[in-house]
Amino acid sequence: MKQDDATSRVDDSILFGLYEMMVRIRLFELEVQRRYRQQEIPGFVHLSLGQEACAAGAVGALRPEDYVSTTHRGHGHALAKGVDMDGMAAELYGRSEGILRGRGGSMHLADATHGLLGANAIVGANLPIAVGAAWSSRQLALGRISLVFFGEGATHGGLIHESLNMASIWALPVLFFCENNGYAEFSAHKDRSAIKSVVELASVYGIDSVHVDGNDVEAVFEACSHAVDACRDDSRPFLIEAHTQRWGGHYEGDPEHYRDTHSDVLREHDPVKEAHGRLTERGVSEASLVELKSRLERAVRAAFERALHLPEPTPAGPADV
Amino acid sequence: MHAIRAGIAEEMERDPSVCIFGIDVGAGGGAFGVTRGLQDRFGPTRVVDTPISEMGFMGLALGAAMTGCRPIVEIMYMDFIGMCFDVLMNQVAKVPFMSGDKISVPMVLRTQFGAGRSAGPQHSQSLEVLAAHIPGLKVVMPATAVDAKGLLMAAVRDDDPVVFVENRHLYGMSSEEQVLSEVVPIGSARLARSGADVTVVAYSRAVHFALDAAALLEREGIEIEVLDLRSVVPMDEKAILASVAKTGKVLVLHEAVVDFGVGAEVAARIADRGFEYLDAPVRRLGAAPVPLPFSPALESVCLPTVGKVVEILRELVSY
Repeated sequence: MKQDDATSRVDDSILFGLYEMMVRIRLFELEVQRRYRQQEIPGFVHLSLGQEACAAGAVGALRPEDYVSTTHRGHGHALAKGVDMDGMAAELYGRSEGILRGRGGSMHLADATHGLLGANAIVGANLPIAVGAAWSSRQLALGRISLVFFGEGATHGGLIHESLNMASIWALPVLFFCENNGYAEFSAHKDRSAIKSVVELASVYGIDSVHVDGNDVEAVFEACSHAVDACRDDSRPFLIEAHTQRWGGHYEGDPEHYRDTHSDVLREHDPVKEAHGRLTERGVSEASLVELKSRLERAVRAAFERALHLPEPTPAGPADV
Repeated sequence: MHAIRAGIAEEMERDPSVCIFGIDVGAGGGAFGVTRGLQDRFGPTRVVDTPISEMGFMGLALGAAMTGCRPIVEIMYMDFIGMCFDVLMNQVAKVPFMSGDKISVPMVLRTQFGAGRSAGPQHSQSLEVLAAHIPGLKVVMPATAVDAKGLLMAAVRDDDPVVFVENRHLYGMSSEEQVLSEVVPIGSARLARSGADVTVVAYSRAVHFALDAAALLEREGIEIEVLDLRSVVPMDEKAILASVAKTGKVLVLHEAVVDFGVGAEVAARIADRGFEYLDAPVRRLGAAPVPLPFSPALESVCLPTVGKVVEILRELVSY
C-alpha cells in the first residue's frame, strides 16, 4: 500500500521505534511457537501473531509510569511495556528466575516496576482491575492513565458493563483498548454477540470511542495518543476498537476447525510488513531494517537459550514454592 | 457496631490511603449503619458509594489495592459473595502469589451474616468456609466489640487480603470492657471461659450460645470451656489442641451448615493431631443442610440453639 506523504502521520523516528517493537514481538512469538511445538515449554500459550501493531502502537503512546492490564494473550503487551525478555522467557520455562518466580507462566505475566498490572486468564477480569488502578491514580494524584487490553469476547460478559459504567460515572482515566480479532476462543463474534461494535457499547455509557485499523501501527499510535491525552487531561475514559486478526488459533495447538486457516484472507494483513514498507518508502534503508531484524533475532534466541539452560526449581515442599 | 466504626475511622485517620467501597456505605451510612458519618468526615472520594456491581467494585478495589491504596470493600450480605466470587477467588486471593510476591493486595473485604430473623434463603447464609478454602485469604470473625475493633485494625494494616466477617446480631452488642485502640493479632484464639469438663470451639455469635449454655450447666456443676477462635484462617490449632488436651471432650459449634463447614476442618485436625487426648467422639453442631426458610417457626428448627448445645454437652459429659 502506497503511503501518501501528505498524510504521513507519525515522525519517522517514532515509526522506527514502533516497528522495532513489532519485530521484537513477532520474533518473540515465533520463537515461543517453535519451542512450544518442540515441547520445551509447559502448559498453554496464547500467541499474538498478527496483532503486533495493537501492542506496539497502543503502549507506544503511554508514559513509562502508566498502567497496562492485559489478557491471556499478553506477551506482546508485556514486551511493549518494557518487561525484560530474559525474565519473560525464564517465566515461560517455569524457572525461579522468571518474572513471577515460575508461579504464573504465560497467562499471568506481571511486572509492577514497568506498570504491568498483570495478564489475566479470566475473560474480562482485568477490566475492573484496570479501572481500580485509574481510580487510585486519581485518588493519589499520580497523573497516570490505565490502559486495558481486552478482546471482543469480553463483551459477552458482565464485567465490561460494570467497568465502563464505573469509569464513566466516576470520570476515570481509563483507556479501554479492544483488540477485535473476530474470534472469541472458537467462536466467531457475529455468532455469539448481539453487539455489532464495541464502540456502540461505549457510547451507551457516555464514553468517547473510535474504530481504528488495528493493522496500521501509525493509526493505532495516533488514535491512542489522542485518547491518552483525553484521559489524562480531562480525567475521563476513552474506548478504542482496533480491528485486527490473530494468525494462530486461540491457543497454540488449536486445530481451528472453526475457520479456514489456509485462506489467504487470514494472512492478507501483515502489520509488520506494512510498517516495513512505509519505512522504506520514507527513505529508511533496507539494510538497516535487515540489521535490526538480525539483532533482535539474536537477542530473542539468546533469551530463550539462556532460559532453557537455567536449572529447574527444586522446592523443598509447598511452603517453598 | 460502634467498635467497628471506630476501628475503621481510626485507621482512616491514621492512613490516608485507606478508603471504603460499597453499596450505600456513604450517604446511606451502610445498610446496618456501620459506616454512618464516615462519608461526612472523610469525604466521598474516601467513602465511595458504588453501583450495584459487586464484581465491578471488588475488581476496582483490587486494582486500587495493587497500586497504592488500602481499600475496605463491603459486601452487604455474605449471601452476595457469589456475585463477585471469581474476583475474590481467582484474583484477590492469587495476585500476590502469581506476581511472585511483588504485588501486594492490602485489602479488607467486610461482610456480615446472621440468620434467625426471617430474612429468607438468599439473605441468611453463613459462607465463611468458601473463603477459608481458598489459599491466599485470611478470614476473621470476631465475637466481641473489643475483638471487632482490634481485628478490624489488624486487617486494615495487613498487607494481605483479609475477609472480615461481622454478625448482624452482634451489632447492637455493647461492651462492658473499654474498647481500646489495640490491634488484636490475626490467628490467635481467645479463651472466653475456662472449664475442665468439655471444650466448645466456636466463633462469632456461636460463642455467645456456648457461653449461655455454659452458664446453664454451671448450675449443675458442669464446667464448660469455651474457646473463641476469632480467626478461621489462620486457625489457632495450638489453642484448640491445648484445650482438648485439658478436657478430652469437644463440641465444635458454628451457625453455618454443619456439612462441609469450618467445623469439619476443626474436627479433622483434632482427630488427626489430638487423637490421644480424646475421651469421646468429636461432635459438631450448626445449621441443617437446607436453605433457611422464611417463616420463623420453620427457620428456628434449622438453626443451632442454646438448648441443642446444652443437650450435646450433656451427652458428652456422660459419654
